[in-house]
Amino acid sequence: MAQSKQGAALDRKKLLADPIMVTTIVLLITFLTLFVLYPLAILLVDSFVGDGSFGLSIFKRIFNMPSFTKAIGNTLKIGFVVGIASTLIGLLFAYVEVYVRMGKLTGGLFKVVSMLPVVSPPFVLSLSMIMLFGKAGIITRYLLHIYDNSVYGYWGIVIVQTLTFFPVCYMMLKGLLRNIDPSLEEAARDMGASRFKVFTSVTLPLILPGLGNAFLVTFIESIADFANPMIIGGSYDTLATTIYLQITGAYDKPGAAAMAVVLLCITLMMFGVQKYYLEKKTAATLTGKASRARMLIEDKSVRLPLTILCSLVASFVILMYICVPIGSLFPTWGYSFFPFTFKWYQLVFTRYKGFKAFKDSFVLSFISAPITALLSMIISYLVVKRNFKGKGFIEAVSMLAMAVPGTVLGVGYIRGFAGGVFHTGFLEELYGTAAILVIVFVVRSLPTGTRSGISALRQIDKSIEESAYDMGANSFKVFMTVTLPLIKDSFLSGLVTSFVRSITAISAIILLVTPQFLLITVQINEFAEKGSYGLACAFATILILITYGAVLLMNLFIKHFGTSKALKED
Amino acid sequence: MEKVKKGVRLDHISKIYKDPKTDKEFYAVKDTSLDIEPGSFVTLLGPSGCGKTTTLRMIAGFESPDEGEIYLGDEPINELTPDKRDTAMVFQSYALLPHYNVFDNVAYGLKLRKVPQAEIKERVSRVLGLVELEGMESRMTNQLSGGQQQRVALARALVIEPSVLLFDEPLSNLDAKLRVTMRTEIRRIQQEVGITAIYVTHDQSEAMALSDNIIIMSKGVVEQMGSPQEIYYHPKNEFVADFIGEANFLPGDYIGKPGKTIVLRPESGYLADEGGLPCKVVLSAFMGSYQNYHVMVGEHLVKLQEYNPKNKKIYNVGDECCLVFEEANVHLLEA
Ligand SMILES: Nc1ncnc2c1ncn2[C@@H]1O[C@H](COP(=O)(O)OP(=O)(O)OP(=O)(O)O)[C@@H](O)[C@H]1O
Ligand SMILES: [Mg+2]
Repeated sequence: MAQSKQGAALDRKKLLADPIMVTTIVLLITFLTLFVLYPLAILLVDSFVGDGSFGLSIFKRIFNMPSFTKAIGNTLKIGFVVGIASTLIGLLFAYVEVYVRMGKLTGGLFKVVSMLPVVSPPFVLSLSMIMLFGKAGIITRYLLHIYDNSVYGYWGIVIVQTLTFFPVCYMMLKGLLRNIDPSLEEAARDMGASRFKVFTSVTLPLILPGLGNAFLVTFIESIADFANPMIIGGSYDTLATTIYLQITGAYDKPGAAAMAVVLLCITLMMFGVQKYYLEKKTAATLTGKASRARMLIEDKSVRLPLTILCSLVASFVILMYICVPIGSLFPTWGYSFFPFTFKWYQLVFTRYKGFKAFKDSFVLSFISAPITALLSMIISYLVVKRNFKGKGFIEAVSMLAMAVPGTVLGVGYIRGFAGGVFHTGFLEELYGTAAILVIVFVVRSLPTGTRSGISALRQIDKSIEESAYDMGANSFKVFMTVTLPLIKDSFLSGLVTSFVRSITAISAIILLVTPQFLLITVQINEFAEKGSYGLACAFATILILITYGAVLLMNLFIKHFGTSKALKED
Repeated sequence: MEKVKKGVRLDHISKIYKDPKTDKEFYAVKDTSLDIEPGSFVTLLGPSGCGKTTTLRMIAGFESPDEGEIYLGDEPINELTPDKRDTAMVFQSYALLPHYNVFDNVAYGLKLRKVPQAEIKERVSRVLGLVELEGMESRMTNQLSGGQQQRVALARALVIEPSVLLFDEPLSNLDAKLRVTMRTEIRRIQQEVGITAIYVTHDQSEAMALSDNIIIMSKGVVEQMGSPQEIYYHPKNEFVADFIGEANFLPGDYIGKPGKTIVLRPESGYLADEGGLPCKVVLSAFMGSYQNYHVMVGEHLVKLQEYNPKNKKIYNVGDECCLVFEEANVHLLEA
């Protein structure tokens, strides 16, 4: 089939006849190369030749630091424990939601739990953990009269991370369980298996790859987490905090680069397993939708203990989240609680430039959100609906960004852009500007946006866009008049998600922010580090209000102007 | 619609796909040449997977041929993207734009062509009249029945006055009755407008009812192109004979034509006590308008349908009798 090139050549010609499309692809590839691949590449270069000669000397040096090897052990241990714990708790919640008849109240609790991590800054739970269980904790000191409890360290991180990440597992596993055809389990039950036996012999094997998937996703999140170990880790350092200290404390940039490479390798490995092995397996074992609704478990001996257990956990999580706003009203953190006062808020806005911090964070996130949303929709459109050379590259790199911990990206940007690209001075001006902060925000939120865009687009029949194309619309017109309106909901939620992610981000940004910008998250981190929890809580509360407001606004908007509504109305 | 009618010519067209499982390349369409007359209604007919949709999509421009050239009129169009081709397609799933109402769906192509507002209004209402959807302009598309959606899809394709209309199994989502009504509509409109139409289906009665010419495809290759009568009475090979209607195959030796194969349609033969080929009845069933027989002629099974069974002698299973047909009523194939 020697001529089989003609088709490809024609496809290429048709593509080239479409300048907007070509420009978009070229710009995208440039953007991804420059701001995702290049910073990672420079880390490699740095860590192999950073001290002038090519070799492993920098790696030898860092692996000789006891603090570093210890951090690796700590990180893996925490990732492992948090992964397992989150997966199990997530499974419990998912199982109860899908299989057991729940009251309204329990259902409400479940909904709140699944929402909270989306709208909260990452370190909220650390703050409330300290507030409830620390040395001067409300529960430990005043209820239990334990005066020397320390939450800082291993257990603190494990508990906080588990409570932060299990809702994600819960949502993932819920989807999987929903897809199991109830008749499979009914058949086993029919043949005489007990409910427990059905769970272990049918349900569990079916979702085993899914459990592995949830574990790995949490594992990656956990070892990439910077904010919680920073605030509640105490002297228990993880890789993310070690790298941060290596740069900000020891000023050892090549060393930090090499450490970042090590961290990146770990996450990439896990990501590879998750993406190419488990995700496929999950899809393979659970194809199609459940054919009928499932008979919910009514049996009180099963129902009561499970719902009570879940409700307790859920209430505890919610309590933890509420602590922060309440804590911001205490006159002296940990010692006197009444009367409630607004003095921290006053201080925030008078002495600590609160207004500037909110403005800076808000404006930067507000700029990056639409860019991210649009970019991720364009990428999803190209990946799902179009065929061209370089598509694999675009897809792979935007997914790769998901596996890159923020700290690694931060170090990569420092090494890659301070002094210009490849230290040539090219694009040197970028470093330290608002632009690079916006770019970091965009890169950090791009993978989630792209993923949701891709799944939204997969639902749209390919022929709808083809019909528009056939009617005479070029690709730009098709995208603007058909694709975008049809995924308006997904676009809106991408907009808000990336706004929330940006305004609550810290891991990469803390390395890159220059004194002329005050970011809320960085402020919270600073005050929490110093032990000024009242101020940290006040900052965090306002941040929660902003993000919650944004999410509310989005839901309102979708309700009134969303696609689903537009299609229903008379 | 004062347009020069254009035909479509496929010149040695092939399309090669990779099997996603084995990664092996295969011809979805192989070395296909067709000449479709301007203004004619042509059907692509064949079993599932034979390459009908692929052929149609190459004409529309969604797929690029790996070999050969496609002409619209005299113009080669291989390098044109779908939006630049003077074709309009009616999709199996209708593919209406769900966020637009009927009017905007139909007007979409005109707006892209920057037709003035007043003319858009006029042309849309004219074409909606043609497909009998007046007064539905402001309905959303999901408030229409399947048949109405199909008519919107047709109107949308017609309104831009393309040189060629392409249909990919447009009726397969409709119920049997509506299918018959709609295909009559499509034929009426096509003749009224006088446009060239290429229609993909795997329903042979649809093909028969609609077409000036039928193209029979199998495994990526065109087996025969001809009028419905030609295809039915003079099939080029056993595949075509068997695919269109029912056919019995008997060796030519029975009528003294060794080396040929007799194609006998079930309605072209009958049973009698004597005078033809001796046979034995193995199935005899009353079907209302006809009596259905299976008889064995030697080791060959022959299926027959005798119409108006009321006035005829009925043979029962096990009866020995004769199969009678006239030579003028059968077709001979080179074996
Ligand atoms: N994008 C593709 N990649 C690989 N193989 C394909 C692709 N599209 C179609 N094929 C294969 O090419 C062959 C012809 O497909 P085509 O869709 O043209 O069949 P068809 O005649 O329209 O069948 P049907 O009546 O079922 O619609 C089939 O074997 C199909 O599996
Ligand atoms: Mg088809």
